[in-house]
Amino acid sequence: MSSQTTQRQENAPASAAAVIDEPIKNAEAITEYDRELLLRIFHQMLLIRRFEEKCAESYSIGKIGGFCHLYIGQEAVGVGAISALRRDDYVITSYREHGQAIAKGISPEAVMAELYGKATGCSKGKGGSMHLFDASVNFMGGHAIVGGQIPLATGLAFASKYKETDQVTVCFFGEAAVNQGAFHESLNMAQLWKLPCIYLCENNMYGMGTSAQRAMSMDEVATKACAYELAAEFVDGMDVLAMRRATERAVERARKHSLPTLIEARTYRYMGHSMSDPGKYRTRAEIEKYQERDPIKLFRARLEENHLLTEDDVKQIEEQVREQVERAVKFADDSPYPATEELMTDIYANPLR
Amino acid sequence: MAVITMRDALNDALREELARDPNVFLMGEEVAEYQGAYKVTRGLLEEFGAKRVIDSPITELGFAGLGVGAAMAGLRPIIEFMTFNFSILATDQIINSAAKMLYMSGGQFKIPIVFRGPSGSAYQVSSQHSQAIESWYAYFPGLKVVMPSTPADAKGLLKSAIRDDDPVIFMEQERMYGMKGEVPEDEDFTIPLGVADIKRKGTDATIVARSLMVPTALKAAEELEKEGISCEVIDPRTIRPLDIETIIESVKKTNRVVVAEESHPFCGVGAEISAEIHEQAFDYLDAPVKRVSGVDVPMPYAKNLEALALPDVPQLVAAVKEVAYL
Repeated sequence: MSSQTTQRQENAPASAAAVIDEPIKNAEAITEYDRELLLRIFHQMLLIRRFEEKCAESYSIGKIGGFCHLYIGQEAVGVGAISALRRDDYVITSYREHGQAIAKGISPEAVMAELYGKATGCSKGKGGSMHLFDASVNFMGGHAIVGGQIPLATGLAFASKYKETDQVTVCFFGEAAVNQGAFHESLNMAQLWKLPCIYLCENNMYGMGTSAQRAMSMDEVATKACAYELAAEFVDGMDVLAMRRATERAVERARKHSLPTLIEARTYRYMGHSMSDPGKYRTRAEIEKYQERDPIKLFRARLEENHLLTEDDVKQIEEQVREQVERAVKFADDSPYPATEELMTDIYANPLR
Repeated sequence: MAVITMRDALNDALREELARDPNVFLMGEEVAEYQGAYKVTRGLLEEFGAKRVIDSPITELGFAGLGVGAAMAGLRPIIEFMTFNFSILATDQIINSAAKMLYMSGGQFKIPIVFRGPSGSAYQVSSQHSQAIESWYAYFPGLKVVMPSTPADAKGLLKSAIRDDDPVIFMEQERMYGMKGEVPEDEDFTIPLGVADIKRKGTDATIVARSLMVPTALKAAEELEKEGISCEVIDPRTIRPLDIETIIESVKKTNRVVVAEESHPFCGVGAEISAEIHEQAFDYLDAPVKRVSGVDVPMPYAKNLEALALPDVPQLVAAVKEVAYL
């Protein structure tokens, strides 16, 4: 297992352009999962979509401050990957993490309260949008220096191996982070020391306003794994079950054989880099083209084709999601701001004076 | 008490703490098979095995971050930098990750990690290998910064640093590794962080010195004693948190202060100590606080120029006379 080359899914698209045109072919996958799980995945994707839409609204009326990076368009990556994990597995990620935080099990209330800067937020209002944490579900944070979470993930995986716990670490990052030294240093150590870490690159094709083509000397991130003799997969990040299956394979490699994997998920963000980005570096037509393969729309169609979802089910799920998001907003609105004493707490675990 | 070198005192501290807690591990360049670039980690691989004493690739940002991640998951890493000059590559993980994790997670993730290694000047190793960068790290809330000046302090403070639940920057001095001193052999011997030590009692002037400047200050105090000037030498030992109370108490007694440091003067620790003294004890001062710092240049290679760039005994003697108006 030590030196696997890049594996391609049979139907994986060859390039970013191909993602748009290729129909989803792996329809057989859907029958491997029970309906309850599939509906849970659908529900979670829809919840994250509506949650993020609400975030945009709250940001525009000043309820959320600072930087706010939305996940809309990328839901299949986080939901599909995290659905393949155990509760005690580690997830660590970047600053575009609201959706992954919810998928790992932080309540929408605690996430929204954090975005509102309230004491009841998952980081007590001290982290904000880019720094969501929850030790109880091993959500190890959003980190806001591009690529900074990648060595940390390597350390989490190192600790699991050291303590012989069989926990797996999944580390999310964007394709722009791949140009950082932290990525290369981490992959080298992970394969050198055989660490149970899944490096999951969400290639949404833009690092802020710079397209990957203008920033990366090669087109495919997954191919870079060859440099470290690391196992790698190239996945259609708009297909939630493809994400789930690729992650399952990587989880097995990590949990059973203590080996790392690099996964490249091709995806697309519909919104700007952050709420303050008007997105003038791409056309409306380009965005609409990707929206034709919207991950929620695609998954819904597959569920319906397989008679696993009806119009009524969708209405019911939409209603549940609407209530969840409303509850989160109400909770955030009603929660108090952190007490002023909180300014000076949590600086040191062992304060000396 | 045994008389041993600073190098062996540090080695004892590492050995005792590795033996005491299975969650402690040591990682860095050449720490294991090579036995340490400065032999501080000698024998540890043989005693504790390759699982706990780990040679890293030359990848400072990577293994510093790996250490922080491992600390998030409950381990207690000791990360050795072959010198602190190389830690400059790792500052993103030390400052953006280690220092802030507890705060930005709302108190959920403490980072019990020690970053240690030699710092400051050595012997003609030139500009990129001679830097004293304690003021960088001391600037950031969330970090603790320790700089021992004797073998006993080195052992007691390193053991405390390893047992501490916060990230500790532990800066040794390469020129001092061979320096000998009495060191308690008790395995429970520790020195608390944040407590200054009065290295010499005196009444006429206070010299605040750290690391390499402590022996220099003590020599200057001996010279001045011959001229009837009694100097108190205070070693803060921990730069952050700084035991300013002990310094202020001394200032109230002597009314005259010299701050000695190997590092550059601009935005340095000496500037901070001077500012705190002026804020807290202005009325007790009979002269402005005088700093004696490393010269504000990159370290030169030539032996004569290198010597000119570092504070020495005559400079300290002159500085004390200046604040005493002698």
